[in-house]
Order: sequence, then C-alpha cells, then structure tokens
Amino acid sequence: MLGKLTWAAIPFDQPIPLIAAALVGVVIIGVLAWVALKGWLPYLWREWITSVDHKRIGIMYILLAMVMLLRGFTDAIMMRSQQALSFQSQGYLPPEHYDQIFSAHGTLMIFFVAMPFVIGLMNFVMPLQLGIRDVAFPTLNSVSLWLTATGALLVNISLVVGEFARTGWLPFPPLSEMTYSPGVGVDYYLWAIQISGVGTLLTGINFVTTVLKIHAPGMTYMRMPMFCWTTLASSLLIVAAFPILTATLAMLLLDRYLGFHFFTNEAGGNVMMFMNLIWAWGHPEVYILILPAFGIFSEVISTFSRKPLFNYRTMVIATMAICILSFTVWLHHFFTMGAGADVNAIFGIASMIIAVPTGVKVFNWLFTMYGGRVVYSSPMLWSLGFMVTFVIGGMTGVLLAMPPVDFVLHNSLFLVAHFHNVIIGGVLFGAFAGYTYWFPKAFGFRLHERLGKASFWCWVIGFYAAFMPLYVLGLMGMTRRMQHYDVPAWRPWLLIAAGGAAIILVGIILQIAQLVVSIRRRDALRDETGDPWNGRSLEWATSSPPPAFNFAVLPHVEGEEAYWGIKQRARQQAKLADEPNYAAIEMPRNSPTGFICAFFATFMGFALIWHIWWMVALAALGAYATFVVFAWRDRVEYVIPADVVARIDRANRSARGEVLARMQTSP
Amino acid sequence: MPAKPDGLPDSERPWQLLRSTGARARRSAGIMAPVLLTACQPAVLDPRGPIGIAEKTLLIDSLAIMLAIVVPTIAATLAFAWWFRASNPRAIYLPNFEYSGRIELIVWSIPLLTIILLGGVAWIGSHDLDPAKPLASKTPALEVQVVSLDWKWLFIYPRQGVASVNQLVVPAGVPLHFSLTSASVMNAFFIPQLGSMIYTMNGMTTQLNLQADAPGTFLGQSSHYSGDGFSGMHFEVRAVPSEQFDAWIEDTRKTGPTLDAASYVELTKQSMNTSPFTYRAADATLFQQIVTQQLPPGPGPQSGRPHPSVSPRTEY
Amino acid sequence: MSAFQAAAGHGDANRLGLDPGWRDRQPLAEHAARGAVSKRIIVGYGFWIFLLSDIIMFSAFFATYAVLVGQTAGGPSGRELFDLRNTGLQTACLLLSSFTCGLASVGAQAHRASWFYGAMAATFILGAAFIGLEAREFADLVARGAGPTRSAFLSAFFTLVGCHGLHVTAGLLWLLTIMAQMFAKGYRADILRRMLCFSLFWHALDIIWVAVFTMVYLMGVAT
Repeated sequence: MLGKLTWAAIPFDQPIPLIAAALVGVVIIGVLAWVALKGWLPYLWREWITSVDHKRIGIMYILLAMVMLLRGFTDAIMMRSQQALSFQSQGYLPPEHYDQIFSAHGTLMIFFVAMPFVIGLMNFVMPLQLGIRDVAFPTLNSVSLWLTATGALLVNISLVVGEFARTGWLPFPPLSEMTYSPGVGVDYYLWAIQISGVGTLLTGINFVTTVLKIHAPGMTYMRMPMFCWTTLASSLLIVAAFPILTATLAMLLLDRYLGFHFFTNEAGGNVMMFMNLIWAWGHPEVYILILPAFGIFSEVISTFSRKPLFNYRTMVIATMAICILSFTVWLHHFFTMGAGADVNAIFGIASMIIAVPTGVKVFNWLFTMYGGRVVYSSPMLWSLGFMVTFVIGGMTGVLLAMPPVDFVLHNSLFLVAHFHNVIIGGVLFGAFAGYTYWFPKAFGFRLHERLGKASFWCWVIGFYAAFMPLYVLGLMGMTRRMQHYDVPAWRPWLLIAAGGAAIILVGIILQIAQLVVSIRRRDALRDETGDPWNGRSLEWATSSPPPAFNFAVLPHVEGEEAYWGIKQRARQQAKLADEPNYAAIEMPRNSPTGFICAFFATFMGFALIWHIWWMVALAALGAYATFVVFAWRDRVEYVIPADVVARIDRANRSARGEVLARMQTSP
Repeated sequence: MPAKPDGLPDSERPWQLLRSTGARARRSAGIMAPVLLTACQPAVLDPRGPIGIAEKTLLIDSLAIMLAIVVPTIAATLAFAWWFRASNPRAIYLPNFEYSGRIELIVWSIPLLTIILLGGVAWIGSHDLDPAKPLASKTPALEVQVVSLDWKWLFIYPRQGVASVNQLVVPAGVPLHFSLTSASVMNAFFIPQLGSMIYTMNGMTTQLNLQADAPGTFLGQSSHYSGDGFSGMHFEVRAVPSEQFDAWIEDTRKTGPTLDAASYVELTKQSMNTSPFTYRAADATLFQQIVTQQLPPGPGPQSGRPHPSVSPRTEY
Repeated sequence: MSAFQAAAGHGDANRLGLDPGWRDRQPLAEHAARGAVSKRIIVGYGFWIFLLSDIIMFSAFFATYAVLVGQTAGGPSGRELFDLRNTGLQTACLLLSSFTCGLASVGAQAHRASWFYGAMAATFILGAAFIGLEAREFADLVARGAGPTRSAFLSAFFTLVGCHGLHVTAGLLWLLTIMAQMFAKGYRADILRRMLCFSLFWHALDIIWVAVFTMVYLMGVAT
C-alpha cells in the first residue's frame, strides 16, 4: 500500500537526526501556530503565497535561501567538528551519517541557497531596473518559486523519513546506481533536483523573455543597467544548461527505476558519459551563480563610488564572453580521468581563457573606484571583500586549470578551498551585498548598519580562518570527504578550520540579530524617500517599497543610468518633472496555481521515492488538473483605476520634492 | 595445498587470515604511526619522484606568474578604496571618468598575455606529464596491476606472480608502470609524494607512470569518494632498494593465501579498514578477467536498516 | 503596523482603496500594456526559448545515443531490430499531422469552426497513429528480448525515441485541452495564443523526429 515506506524508515536509532528533526518540527509548528493565532493566514495566502508579483516572489526566494543557509551551515559545522575530532578516531558521526551530511551540505548550498538567493535578487530588482511592471510570465514565476520550495522540502524530509544520498552533491555512478546505493537517499536527491530544476528552467525562460522583450520606452539594450545584463547572461545559461541536467538525472533515474544501462558497470554502461554530461551542466551552473553577483557588484561599486561604472561597453562584452566560454571548459573537472594530453591541454587552456574577461571586470571595478568618493556602507564593504577574496580564488582556479597541477590537487582540500573561495567570496558576498543594498527598497527601512559591518568582518575573518588551512591541507595531500584520518600533521590545520567555522557562525548570528533589531527599530531606520543610497538606476525612482504596479507611468529613458539622468535634470531645473497623465493600470491577478502545483509535486516526488505508485498517479493527475483549472480562468487581470494610481504616485512625488528641496539648500 | 586442521573450507581462508593478521596488523600499525609521520610534510611540495618534482615546479612557477598580477591587483584595490574614500579631501574627484582607451588596452592585454604564457606552459606540461607517458629510464619498468575494491586496494605483480592488499612495495629508482581498474565503483589512485593521481573505473584500464627516486615510506590513498569505507582506503607505499625488493618478493612467495578467481570474489565483498596482507601466488590473467568483466563487478551492500532498499549499511 | 504589512506597501495602500467588489469587475479589453510589444509576441518568444531548451535536452539524449550506439553487450544492434517500413509510416503520420496542425492554426485565426475542429481532429488521429505504431514497435522489441534493460544501446534507443514519444503524447493531451477550451470559450485571444504555442510545439517535435529517424533508424540500418 505504501511501497517501501514503513515506520522503520524513521531513524529511531540515531539520536542526532531525530533531535534535529524534533527541533525543526517544534519551530515550524510554533511559527505556524503563532501566525494562525495572530490571524495572518488569510493575509499571507492572499498577499504572499498566491502572489504573482515579482517583488513578493523575489522576497520569498531570498527567505527560502536564508533558511536553507542555516541548515546547510549546520551541516558544515558538523563536518568541521567531525574532522576536528576524528584524528585516529571515529569522531561522533559514523560514515553512513557523515556521508549524508556532506552530500546534503553541497546539495542544499548550491541548489537551495545560492540559486534561490540570486534568482530572488534578480526577480526583485530586474523589472524595476528595466522600468517595467513585472516579468513576462508572472504566474509561471510563482510556479518556479514553489517548485523550488518543493525540492528543498523533499531534501529536508529525508532527514526524518529514510535517508539522504550518500554520494556527494553530484551523484557519480556507479556509486549512485542501484547496485551500490540501493537505498532511498539517491532517489530523494534526484527527485528534489528534477522538480526544482523545472522551476529554475522556467525562471530562465521568464527572465530571458523579459530582459530581451520588455523595456521602458527609450531603454535600449546598451542603456540597461549592468545587473540586467548579467541577469540576461545568467538566464541564457540556465536555459542552455539545465536541460542537460534534467536529461542526465533522468537517465540515472531510468537506470535506478527501470533497470536501464546508461551508467551501470554491466551491459555497456559508460560512467565517463555521466561525468561529461553532468559537468557540461555543472560548469555553466557556477557561472549562473556568479554572473548575477558580478552584476550586483557593478551596481554597488558605482553607487558607492559616486561614479558611473567604468567601461560599461566592455563590461557587457566581458559578461557575454563569459556566458559563451563557460560552455567550453567542462573537462577541467575530470582531468584525472585519463583523456590524454591533447584533450587535457585544450580544456586547460580554455579554462584559463575564461579568466581573461573576469580579470577585465575586476580591473573595471577598480577603475570605477578610481576618482570616486567611496562610502564604506556595508554593501561596499562586501564588495571590497569580494574583490580581494575572489581574486585569490580565481588564481587558485587558474592553478587547478593546469592539468599537471590538477593531477596532484584534484579532489583534495585545495580544490574544496578553491571553490568555497569563489562561491563564498563571489556569490555569497554578492548576495549579502545585494541583500543589504536592496533591503530598504523592499521593506521601506534600512538594515542596522553597525551590526551589518560586524557580521561582515566575522564572515571575512571566519572565511579566511576556515579555508586558508584547507589550501595547506590540500598541499599536504589530504583528500576531500574524509570521515576520519590518521595523519597527525593534518590535525592542527583542521582545528584552525573548525575555529574559522565558529567565527562564521558568529557572523551569521549577527546577521540574524541585524534583521531582528532592524525590524524592531524600523521607524528609526525608515527610508522616507525611496533613494537611501543616492542610486543611479530606475529602482530608486520608486517609493520604498514600490507599489504593486512599480511605476505609475513607465519612465522614458534617455541614456545610461536612467535615474541619475532624471535626478540631474531635476536638480538643474530645480523642480521635479511634470506630473504625468495618470491612466488605469492592468495588473495580473494573484493565483494559487504555483502553490497547488507544488503541493502535488511534493506528493508526487515523495511517492516516487517510496514507490507508492497509486499516489504518483493521483498527484500527477492533480498537477495536470491544476494547470487546466488555471488555463480555464476568465479573469486574468485586475484594474487599478487612474485616481488610485495618481494618489499613490503623488505621495511618492511629494517625498521626492522634499529631497530635491533639501538638495538645493545643501549641495 | 596442505589441509588446515581447523577444517575450514579454502574459500573462508582469506577471512581467517584477515582476522589472524590482527596481531600482525597491530604490529604494523605501530610501525605505521612514525612512518606516517615522515609522510606528514606538505606532501605535494615535498615530492620524492620525478613526476612529483616536475609537477611541483609547475605549481610554483604558475603561482609565481599569477601572484605577479594578483598581488598588485589586491594592493591596488585596497589602495584605491582607501585613497578615494569620501572623507579624503586630497583625492581627486572625477565623476565623469568612465572610459579610457589606454586603460582598456592594458586591462585586456595583461590577462591575455598572462594566459598566453600559462597556456603554453599548460600545453607543454600536459604532454610531458601525461600519466600514460612512460618515464625515460634505462631500467625496465616494474609492472604493477592495481584494482580498487570496496574499500581496499589490490596490487598484483604479474611478472613476479604475487599480490598484496593495502600495501605497495616497490624498488626505488625503478620506473613503475601501473595498469589500473576498479572492481566496482570509481576511485582514484594517489600517492601524493610521488605525483599524479588517476581514476580507476570498472570495465576499463587506466595507465600511470611514477617513480620513487630514493627509498622511503609514503602515504597512498583513494582520492575519489567511493562510499562508506572510503576514509579507510589508504595504503602504505614502501620504496626499498632493489635487492630488498627481490627479497620481499621471495618472502611473500613463502606464505599466505593464493589469489585466484575464487579468493578474488571473496575480496570484492564490501569490507572496511582492511589490514594489509599479501598473497603468495597471483593468477596473472586475473587483471584481464576483471577488466573484461569475465569476473563480474563487486556486489554492493547486502544489509540495511531496515532493508538495503531503504538505507543500506555495510557491517564493519 | 506589522513588518509584513509594511512590506505590503504602506499598510493598506496596496489594497488600493478599492471597493470589496473590485475582483468581480470585468477586465478592460486587452491593450498593449507592456511597452510597445504585444502579448502575442511575448508569449510566442517565451515559448520559442522553451523550445530551444527542449532541443538542448534532446541533444543530451542524442549525444548519449551516439556514445552508446555500439554498446550492444552481445545483444542485437540497430540493423537487426529496426523496421524502416514502420519508421516510414510513422514519419508520414507525423509530417501529415504537422500539415493538419497548420490548417488548424489558420482555421483558428480565421475563426472557422469546421476547419479548426476538423483539422485538430485529424492532427489528433495522425498523432495517435504515430504513438500507436511506436508503442507497437516498443512492445515488439521487448517481446523479442530487446528491451531497454538488455544493453546500453537499447537503453539509449528507448530513451531517445521514447522521450520524443512522451512529448507527442503530452502534445495530444494538450491538443484535446485546447479543443475543449475553444469549444467552451470561443476564439478568445489568450486561447489563440495557446494555439500558437501548441502549433510551435507540434512542428518542433516534427523537426526532432527528422533528426531521430535520420540518426537512429537510417544510420542504424546503414552501418
């Protein structure tokens, strides 16, 4: 009746996951009860869960990312503490548990922290920067969000029911085949990624269409903010790379469920094929993550240097070059598979070539600061931290791109240090910079600055303390994913690394404190004007938070840095632009499609994992019915009357007028 | 083969030996600890063979070339951020400085030239240090066949007709030619102080050429995660003078089990933290049989909680 | 005012002061609210991007097939298994169905019921015939011991051709849904946009089939 599922699937004999699950359960039930008692459920359903507004969806993506960051970081703390303790000892985590932890750590961090974080920021900011009302397909946007949440949910359910994959964050065969991993763990992984992968692909399609086809009048491609260009590049990569992931994981699923032989040892399966396919996706994936971060830094550095971005045209060219080149380097992930000198050399050189446009971007940021008036708000601190840290990580990447060097450093802690160097120093610092930078726009009040700076320093110091020892350990020959070890000389470095993780923990606690304190003191931190940082792009022309329709009238764009031009004109003329003619605005209606579809997807995924076939059929039917019901809608949009638009916009204009008056009196 | 008085069938004998080797294992662990201490130097930066030495040189040289770019860039970042801070009245303010052809030229050419240089190094280095390329030497290479199992290493000396598990004894100063395969899942054979690693895959053979210049003891390990017993999958590498190597071969031929199809099948069953032991005779065709899958790949986990199809466990 | 309500935008301002019956108000006639680009173009463009992503997914299956085509594990190869007559029949059905789909598109745009429903029905029948022939081929192969679990080659074959067949099946389901919608709601602009997407999908499947029968069947029999 319930397939493989029995009560014995719950790990009653393992205290750690049980206690963790109990804690999480208490927190979730507690939060739900609190929300229900306060009467917020109808509001949450109406305004957030069924929302198709890109701003709301973006915020929910980021919320998901931050919650998953806590879970992924907990895994990291467990890994570091295990390695600190397991010198000539088993530590406190037996292999089958430790293997799940490092697999979950990587899976969560890449798919359910980094991806949602950058997608959330792109969702929130990009339409505002383009001067438009929403993305091309708002309901699809909601579907993407909730399918991603489904994937995260499935990974977390595996903590309590069954187990997670024990194969690492990429399930290399033959270890991930039924012969060597007959359990449910790999299936949890595969279905979680397949389902959320659909969501991500839809996001990519949505963003590509939006950036290429929907602009405010006068906003040509070469007048788009840099963040929109990187959104485009990242979304193009999503569209081109994620189908490969879907196909590859589908083949592994066919092997596991139906006895196919794509990657098995027997009957002609080819494990090298899996490596090629998965890394043909895997390398573009890391560029999907880093390109939006590059865009964030372009925005932040130019704003806080009080100068336009240096060499905008070249930045665009470099971005698109990185986009294309990211498809030419995948073999550097398995130089040691024995492809031969010619192949290895070609891919090594290609991997080095991709460092060129990246280097160009770094220099352009450098010269953006040159001749500027740099303000050290925390977004700028994150950017400076990025510029120093990412350059080191990029350097070790080019080192690893040299095949003979990779022959001694592949899969070592040197590699682990490298990719954390670029992902934390690049993607995560960029996400935090973006979070701090755009928080006032999203919520109408700033984040507490001193706590933000304190958390930045903890993160930076903690990062170096945690990962520089890993470079040393890699050079000492220590390989990755070791549950225990016997070499005494490795021990001191692992202890330092554990200390670094503890410092990062303090940084995270400070970030949580920052959020709590900022909410409590929000009136003191209020952003009255909508432009707290003296911004240069169009999102700062709206109120904080922006109204549902973003702009009362789509702005007419006359140059790069659209909003800066508007501000300069207003200053010169000592008055705001004329009040526009307000017209009624049509906005897409909210829809529960995304949430309900994800509801069925969760059950379908769970049922597939546990082989509960009747539930699979029912859930699939439910998902299909949801789409049909959605397609049957008659009323797709609602109208905001012109007088309401006028009222909201006049409030924004009066706030702007006050700012202008203040600017006139004090330059 | 003389019958053992305990009445155990031949197929159980290797496991008996594993258990009775416990005493030997404890002794060798006692030897291992200080021996491993000698392997505790920055292994990759303290190579003991020509491959490792060449790779270290490449590493240092590439690092130096890149530091020449990276250090000034980081310095400039900090310097610009500091000098052009808003509170510095002496810094020039160029609010419209957003393009310079000269800077653009430099900004493209520095990374490009660096990469051209490094690319050339990569091309030459990849060819010189290709794992399959035999070492230049007057001495004929020693052939070793390597099979990675769950979770131990099997080394077959086809010309000498012996084999060992989790222990690799080689003559110093003699080029070593490894042919590698896997009994089950992907692994990677890696001796950090000797140089390159190479993957092992079932149904396929990979090639590796290394050499230990002088006698010594080194750490060997798997550097590709392969399951629950992965962390215990290390082996001791002893490079000894040639005469000592011949003596070791002779000693090995005197005692221990034989490696044939049956004992190999026993060996493929999953086990962890296997103590090193040797086979006094090894079937020379065994390696080929493993590669061509005449001998099927090793089985996976046989037990689980509650069931292997939910959460497999290997009892150890 | 709670933080959440603040985030909603100045308390109730996001409710826009509208009367409780605002949800029942009929929408205005559609106008180009998104800059200068019409919804039809945006939807079509987005669907093209989706099709490109789908083609990339098929490319992964094609690449896998190319790598594994020789891995017959001692079992049958393409030459022994493929029946080109059946493939030719399938091709005829699918290509014809593309033609009838084109007729249906024209009929929908011209609001001509007989053309639209007739051509859609013909498309369905031809598509179903394609699937029927393919299902029969698969069943036959399995019965002969040449199922997907026999060898890596057969796994790749069944997956590549089967993935295309799954897409066609989904398309048939979609086709019926559009017919039902058009019947229930008339030639409304949003349903016409969906018809545009469907016809793009159907023609794309045709193009992929050409690649499939060339690479798999024709080349499989020739070597």
